[in-house]
Amino acid sequence: MTDAVTVHHAATEALSFRDHLPALQVLLPLMGAPLCFLLRKAALVSFFTVAISFACLAISLTLLGQTMGGEILIYEFGSWPRPFGIEYRVDITNSFVLVVISLVAAVVFAAGPGQARRSIPVGREYLFYSAALLCLTGLLGVTITGDVFNVFVFMEISSLSSYILIALGRERRALMAAFTYLIMGTIGATFLLIGIGLMYQMTGTLNMVDMAVRLQAVSDTRTILVAVAFVIVGISTKLAVFPLHQWLPNAYSEAPPIVSAFLAATATKVAYYLLLRFTLGLFGAALIFDQIGIDILLMPLSVLAMFVGSIAAIYQTDFKRILAYSSIAQIGYMTLGLSLATEAGVAAGLIHLFNHALMKGGLFMVAACVMWRMGSTHIDVMRGLGQRMPITMAAFVAAGLALVGVPGTAGFVSKWALVTAALENEAFFIAFLIMASSVLAVVYIWRLVEIVYFSEPETDFEVKEAPLRMLIPTWTLAGMTIWFGLFSGFSVEVAEAAAKQLFVGLAGAGA
Amino acid sequence: MTESLAPMLPLAAAMPPGMLLMLAAIPVVFLPRTISNIVMLLLPIIGLAQLLALPIGYTDTVAIFDYTLEVTRVDALSRVFGIVFHLAAFMGILYALHVKDRMQAAAALIYVGSAIAAVFAGDLITLFVWWELTALSSVFLIWASRTESALRAGQRYLIIQVTSGLLLLLGAILLHAESGSIVFEHIGLESAGGWFVFMAFGIKACFPLLHGWMKDSYPEATITGTVFLSGFTTKLAIYALARGFAGTEILIPIGATMTAFPIFFAVIENDLRRVLAYSLNNQLGYMVVGIGIGTELALNGAVAHVFAHVIYKALLFMSMGAVLLRVGTVKGSELGGLYKSMPWTTVFCIIGAASISAFPLTSGFVTKSMILTAAADGHYLIPFLILLFASAGVFHHSGIKIPFFAFFAHDRGFRVKEAPLNMLAAMAIAAFFCIGIGVFPGILYKILPYPVEYVPYTTSHVVQMLQLLLFSALAFTFLMKTKLYPPELRSVVLDVDWVWRKLLPEAWSRVAEVWLMGQIAFLSTANKARLRVLDFTSAHLSPWSRLGEPWPTGATAMWAAMLLLAYLYLAFQNLATRPPG
Repeated sequence: MTDAVTVHHAATEALSFRDHLPALQVLLPLMGAPLCFLLRKAALVSFFTVAISFACLAISLTLLGQTMGGEILIYEFGSWPRPFGIEYRVDITNSFVLVVISLVAAVVFAAGPGQARRSIPVGREYLFYSAALLCLTGLLGVTITGDVFNVFVFMEISSLSSYILIALGRERRALMAAFTYLIMGTIGATFLLIGIGLMYQMTGTLNMVDMAVRLQAVSDTRTILVAVAFVIVGISTKLAVFPLHQWLPNAYSEAPPIVSAFLAATATKVAYYLLLRFTLGLFGAALIFDQIGIDILLMPLSVLAMFVGSIAAIYQTDFKRILAYSSIAQIGYMTLGLSLATEAGVAAGLIHLFNHALMKGGLFMVAACVMWRMGSTHIDVMRGLGQRMPITMAAFVAAGLALVGVPGTAGFVSKWALVTAALENEAFFIAFLIMASSVLAVVYIWRLVEIVYFSEPETDFEVKEAPLRMLIPTWTLAGMTIWFGLFSGFSVEVAEAAAKQLFVGLAGAGA
Repeated sequence: MTESLAPMLPLAAAMPPGMLLMLAAIPVVFLPRTISNIVMLLLPIIGLAQLLALPIGYTDTVAIFDYTLEVTRVDALSRVFGIVFHLAAFMGILYALHVKDRMQAAAALIYVGSAIAAVFAGDLITLFVWWELTALSSVFLIWASRTESALRAGQRYLIIQVTSGLLLLLGAILLHAESGSIVFEHIGLESAGGWFVFMAFGIKACFPLLHGWMKDSYPEATITGTVFLSGFTTKLAIYALARGFAGTEILIPIGATMTAFPIFFAVIENDLRRVLAYSLNNQLGYMVVGIGIGTELALNGAVAHVFAHVIYKALLFMSMGAVLLRVGTVKGSELGGLYKSMPWTTVFCIIGAASISAFPLTSGFVTKSMILTAAADGHYLIPFLILLFASAGVFHHSGIKIPFFAFFAHDRGFRVKEAPLNMLAAMAIAAFFCIGIGVFPGILYKILPYPVEYVPYTTSHVVQMLQLLLFSALAFTFLMKTKLYPPELRSVVLDVDWVWRKLLPEAWSRVAEVWLMGQIAFLSTANKARLRVLDFTSAHLSPWSRLGEPWPTGATAMWAAMLLLAYLYLAFQNLATRPPG
């Protein structure tokens, strides 16, 4: 890989606006958050937030365009070269994740605070928006940075702001959910920090590339083995890998649906990216798979997550909880991709990262629409909604089919990639399990379809279709699940290129 | 014909055959009814013209992922099916022209279009996509009845059809893993993937024991929906078998069983549409036997039989549909004497009945006899005898029972109107083809996949068939005259061979007993297992259980520690086993 990679050092050349894009990606929402306090007026702040998130989307798309060919952008803050300064390092993998985050943020923020508005005192809406922008800052920062300590810092920014957002939920239980998430998130972050500390101790650097190069020499010391365990468990907590998933159902179902839509589609995706970055990038595939063999542990846990999540979803009586449990199963598919220890497997994980962000974002947006009109997302209130909110429910069907993996939807592309990756490893049983767990998704989605379309509404009061401001984001996401199901070229190509680059490892990529 | 249409090729190549019908489903819902009726009638005609403009050997590919999908492949085999599907689509649309429910029309168009597209799929993935779409769209034709039982039957139907599709996908993936190719050509049963695909096709082709969905769902569909349903799903499966498993010997006993066993059910069934569903299953058996024999004559016979069958089966379902529309029931025990008020329907029904019974000068004769001859040529004695027996049985339950109980028998005093004009027109077209193919078989033989040297109207063929039919009719008359065949008693029809009158009930009750016992044993075991699974999952995964309910943070923290230990163990264990240095 060293032969073909062009590494673009922004700091060593004359800087143009274009070269500052990696910094702007994070600084824009970071500066935007306090500016919300100055603007104050709800309508103004809302417009401002949406504008910033769209600007972030534009930046991330540009970055993806620049790195698509395998190029790597390095941005040195204050022109301080490493190891003295912090650098941002953009390659195809993280620019892909940046696009996912900023895309979901732009679409979801455009819908406004939704039901969360009812728990915010009039005139204080700007607080919601600044928390949302800070959360976006943190997620983008974790993804873009090339410095491991910086990862920890940004992760704390995103976590702290997401605790606030979750606590905005309608019920008082939301506070408890946010608190549980806080405890679990802190445990995870601490584990990660311990891991990073151990790595720093052995390498004397915090820069990812330097660290990866130096790690090779010390990869069989006990310190590094301990670091691997801490890092993986720490990220697993954030990623809600079974059995560390228990914070997720409460957090996602008690949070305002808009917040769930944003977090479900981004927070776990960033954690998955981190898992890939640390395992494949820093430690390297040789240490992780050949020497330690984390796949021995990760594969059964992923399969368990697929089944436990889906079966638990079948038993839930609340739409948002069904979605939350289904997320646990979907995360199982992603980690299963990594545990296959092949490029195809990781590519499948990345494809699913992208597709799952779209469909889960879309489904939680549907939940937001239901919540907005009905005041609850209990499945009983969804009886007969097919006639009363036809457009919203059509979006539900589209995104639901994607979740099941029906051909012509994005979900099928993911499943297909994952099954082929499993078959490539001759893991026929795993391939069978993937199919079998998809059947479980049919059960919980079909159960909802039956309630929505084939049962009579409980109450006969008038229910209107959701407002346009929420319908457009909902259908944008639901429509994209269909679009990327039919035209999967973009997501598949990028994910495959990213997987290839990831397997080279940071040490191999040089620079 | 092909040459004269050659200039249209670029136009015709724009999309796969069948796609036009699917796309038209959307405007048809929104256009005013008169216009959309005209559009719908034109669609199969345009579709057929498109198909005929595509030369044999034409292919069209689309690249997706790393694979090249062959979305269109026109060859002799797929073309015959394409032609008859378009014909059936035209008749079905014409027959359903009076229906106001636009959802039915749209579902029917998507269903027909996807079935046609499936026939022209050149690889297993494309086939899978259309295969599933036929399932998804056709279920709406059942649900359109809007009754509770239709809803349930539709759900069962959907589950089975989607299962078939998933088996197909699994098979395709396994085949791809083995050979690296997804082209849909001869598959055979040599590989595990082949077996999955075989089962997928078998479900749709109503193999014995996998056939339950058809007689369960077809009679629940709407009057017009059944006409569509009878034409496509099972015949698509026959096409797929003919392409993938021609000459697979196991199909001969399977097909022979299919021809024989539905007869017993059809004979004792009172609902005449259900009788037709059974006889549909029986007819599929002939085709499956033909495919199993796999010689050129047998395959030609199977394909020709599909062609004839689609038309006369549609005709029979259409005539029963007309009766159901006008009288409100198709129970054999409640009908009778309708020939006075529905003379045209009676005539058409008799033509359909004669065709299915393979009377000389009807389409059934010139096609079914090909399969029988192929079986005799191949020295398959037992299958041949079963097919012969089944032919007599068909004549009995479809050829005599249906027209007799519906239109003759006791006059129940129904004085209803003749069927609507569009229904009569559709039936007339079907009847025209039934007779036309019977009188001029050369036209059909010309489009078959292999060159035909077969002559249907030899003395021995005609005499053999007439003997069989006359004997069967004699038995029926004898039974009627001796009052052994009382139509008042919920249509207890005994079978042709009087020997069976004595043997069958005993043997059958014994078989049924064993079958029932086995079923009870199986169901109770399955139920126990199911309860065990449900108990387990609800005990551990429902919201009121350990795994389903969020744990306190302490427990999760403990799990984090456990997981950490597990990873550490993994890391250090490998460190310990590694040689030093």
